[in-house]
Amino acid sequence: MKIWKYGDNINTDMLFPGKYTYTCSTAEEIRPHLLEDLDPLFAKNVKEGDLIFAGRNFGCGSSREQPVLGIKAAGIAAVVAESFARIFYRSSINQGLLLIECPEAVKAYKQGDRVGLDVEKGTIMIGSNTFSFQKLPKEILAIRDSGGLLPYTRERLRRKKK
Amino acid sequence: MGMTFAEKILAKYGSEKKVVPGQILTIKPDHLLMHDNAAPIISKIQPELKEYGIFNRSLPVIVLDHVIPAAAEKNAVQHKQIREFVKNYKIKHFFDVGSGICHQIIVENGLALPGTIVLGSDSHTCSYGAVGAFSSGIDRTEAAALLLTGETWLKVPQSIKITLKGQLQRMVTAKDVILSVIGDVSASGADYCSVEFHGNVNRFSVEERFTIANMGVEMGAKNAVFPVDDVTINYLKSIGILKSKYTAINPDDDATYSRELTYNLTMIEPVIAVPHGVDKVKPIKEVEGIEIQQCLLGTCTNGRLSDFQIAAKILKGKMVHPYVRLLILPASRKIYLDALKEGLIKIFIEAGATVLPPGCGPCLGAHQGVLAPGERCLSTSNRNFKGRMGCNEAEIYLASPAIVAVSAIYGKITDPRKEMRK
Repeated sequence: MKIWKYGDNINTDMLFPGKYTYTCSTAEEIRPHLLEDLDPLFAKNVKEGDLIFAGRNFGCGSSREQPVLGIKAAGIAAVVAESFARIFYRSSINQGLLLIECPEAVKAYKQGDRVGLDVEKGTIMIGSNTFSFQKLPKEILAIRDSGGLLPYTRERLRRKKK
Repeated sequence: MGMTFAEKILAKYGSEKKVVPGQILTIKPDHLLMHDNAAPIISKIQPELKEYGIFNRSLPVIVLDHVIPAAAEKNAVQHKQIREFVKNYKIKHFFDVGSGICHQIIVENGLALPGTIVLGSDSHTCSYGAVGAFSSGIDRTEAAALLLTGETWLKVPQSIKITLKGQLQRMVTAKDVILSVIGDVSASGADYCSVEFHGNVNRFSVEERFTIANMGVEMGAKNAVFPVDDVTINYLKSIGILKSKYTAINPDDDATYSRELTYNLTMIEPVIAVPHGVDKVKPIKEVEGIEIQQCLLGTCTNGRLSDFQIAAKILKGKMVHPYVRLLILPASRKIYLDALKEGLIKIFIEAGATVLPPGCGPCLGAHQGVLAPGERCLSTSNRNFKGRMGCNEAEIYLASPAIVAVSAIYGKITDPRKEMRK
């Protein structure tokens, strides 16, 4: 598992350039341009189960959902940051991508540290230290656990119709 | 104990007497904004649209503004798909290419009213706090779900109170106020928060309030809002909306805020946000003399009549520097027409400017003024992220219409106060 480490205020243009917003919508179209202006190696080398670590305000800027969709499709298991911008945070719930707001864990991490994640317990292990993070409220967790907002909505519409 | 604006309006829409920050509510917004991204939004839910239809044909407001007129076949196909959707589902509020920028259109057409909630699949949806609406950005997926169900969840935010006192000096504008605030608060300082403006706000027109609320998201805010006062009421009257058509919601005097800031407007100077962050704000004297190749005057932040009046006053009888392209981007067709009638557009064209169709233009880097490596653009828009105007080796500086107009003449960043003294 590789940790991709970035700084503060990583914005949506760095995660997915605006010039592609109206020509790329699907995961396959988005994938090659992910983090293009931030880290050209990311799209090439990212693997299933990798994590992103970042500083404050990750995902600030546009309401662009391609970064979330792309990061999820690239197999990133979770984004761990000191804090997130709200549209990005919301969008991750909608796409079923796990975000962990845990400044202590981000600050503790040094290159080469072993990292372990226990989503059920709400803990993240960095080297020999374990940090707790706040889990989502249950009504919101239900959306993420359905695989995202669209599967959740489909199910609700189906039940309503019956 | 009183309630903030956000607490009051979310309590009302969530059918609760009292709410607290952190509480989650299910709400039905009055409108849902989409732009060119309506195409990928409706593509996500084709089978559901066929089976269940849309929740309400009056809910969505669709404005084609981001890449207009279509720059490539792919854009044209998306625009066509949207027009067909509008026709098939009898969408009530649709504005085709050339009408204007979605945020301006929403306010100008009275689709965001005091005390209403508007959600939109665009981050600058927060603009409608200019007229006392609660408005906030969401992603495409959530817009798709809202089209089908008409409802979503919102968390009651903490609120930040910003009190503005005193008067602005000459050549200092609303843009300098909001850039100064963002410079202090930082790009993340208002994350998840509702930002309220208080104090001497009566001196700000709805157009100026729009500039300020529009940039709320640049400090992370969920929404940014001004109180509803005579200025709001008179503005709405001028677009044909009487007081009986809405119920204003203003915060209580004894509401609780997570943070309170006070600004003396007299002390605010012309400022510039330098690359590549909106919160990298510097007094103009620190960046004066930097050469620029492109100037952008307009957008949803500063593309209104009063912005053009300021710029035209400076540009009248002058020529844009031979090494500079000055692009003019009216926020709507109505503004374009009003500027024509007032002779402002003539002044710009005679000065050597290029007028673009009312839309988003080069602001998001898709077309109409993309930058080359090594170039610098001085812009009245709201974002200067790396790569924003289509080139990740270019630089974007953000400033007021006064700074952009005077700098276009000299080909370098220039203090408008010096120019006006001459």
